[in-house]
Amino acid sequence: MNCARILFLVLSLLSTAAYASRTNEAAVADDPVAEKRLQELSKELRCLVCQNETIADSNAELAVDLRREIRGMIHDGKSNAEILDFMVSRYGDFVLYRPPVKGITMLLWGGPLALLLIAILAMRSYLKRRSQQTAAQAKPLTAEEIRRAEALLKENEEK
Amino acid sequence: MNRYYWILGAFAALVVLLAVGLNLNPREVPSPLVGKPAPAFRLAVLGKEGATMGPEDMKGKVWLLNVWSTWCVSCRQEHPVLVEFSRNGQVPVVGLNYKELRGDGEIDMRRVPPEQEVPLAVKRAQGWLTEHGNPYLLTVMDIDGRVGIDYGVYGVPETYVIDKTGVIRMKHTGPISPQVLKDKILPLVAELNR
Repeated sequence: MNCARILFLVLSLLSTAAYASRTNEAAVADDPVAEKRLQELSKELRCLVCQNETIADSNAELAVDLRREIRGMIHDGKSNAEILDFMVSRYGDFVLYRPPVKGITMLLWGGPLALLLIAILAMRSYLKRRSQQTAAQAKPLTAEEIRRAEALLKENEEK
Repeated sequence: MNRYYWILGAFAALVVLLAVGLNLNPREVPSPLVGKPAPAFRLAVLGKEGATMGPEDMKGKVWLLNVWSTWCVSCRQEHPVLVEFSRNGQVPVVGLNYKELRGDGEIDMRRVPPEQEVPLAVKRAQGWLTEHGNPYLLTVMDIDGRVGIDYGVYGVPETYVIDKTGVIRMKHTGPISPQVLKDKILPLVAELNR
């Protein structure tokens, strides 16, 4: 069991090392500025084949093609906005890791905020109710109770 | 007691939300191309030396553009449906062969000499159509996948329904089942042909 685990660890380390060298190899190009832009842009874009990876991370065929496409557009002097538009016009907003705020993405952007608001309101009403309850319980002592309390205190002093 | 109903209600809402969300197909990404003119291309026609074809050649017809490849496993599943469908010939289906060699994970492209890529791709595509039947009016070869990018192809097979004016009216990602054909594609085609 342990042996298998170590083997697995070693293998996974080896495979990430191999993977890293491959991406580095692809990143080594003539123009470091363009290459940096390519890296930044690829991190903004989702690979639609393996939907939870960026184009920068993915080694899927399509990601490789799209990186090539972006590199071409950078060389043609296209701006970042133009390149992102190119992608969105083909693959839709889903290709962006940071989707734009608009009608259809309202729930996505506003949802967490709305939940937080609901939680705050619920918390407030709960706290209010509880403080009312404790206030209701904290009635002033009756004359009889005061007399008993004093008696107890006196008893204590005498000891 | 009242608050338990409230919690139960919230839990039920969560269950409904998850039930709907988890039943959605994450592969079905709505295409921004629906309602837009089919992107232009001019590609070599499979099996016709020197001939090229583009979407404008199909103006005036309602047609299907089906993206396929011999390495694509789901295409094999879809193919008999297309062959059967093409028998009555009511809707022309144009094939777009997508990255015949480059898309095949089993081929090391570094070992394929550049001048041999196109002939090899053509041979493979033709062999496949001969073996499994040819449902296509014609097939064009997208060797490097550039046209695929213009059409937002991300998972072969994909099928586009294009109207008489050359506007994409529907995109279906994944294999066409008889069900999809009957319920989604044919009614739309009938409507567009009216």
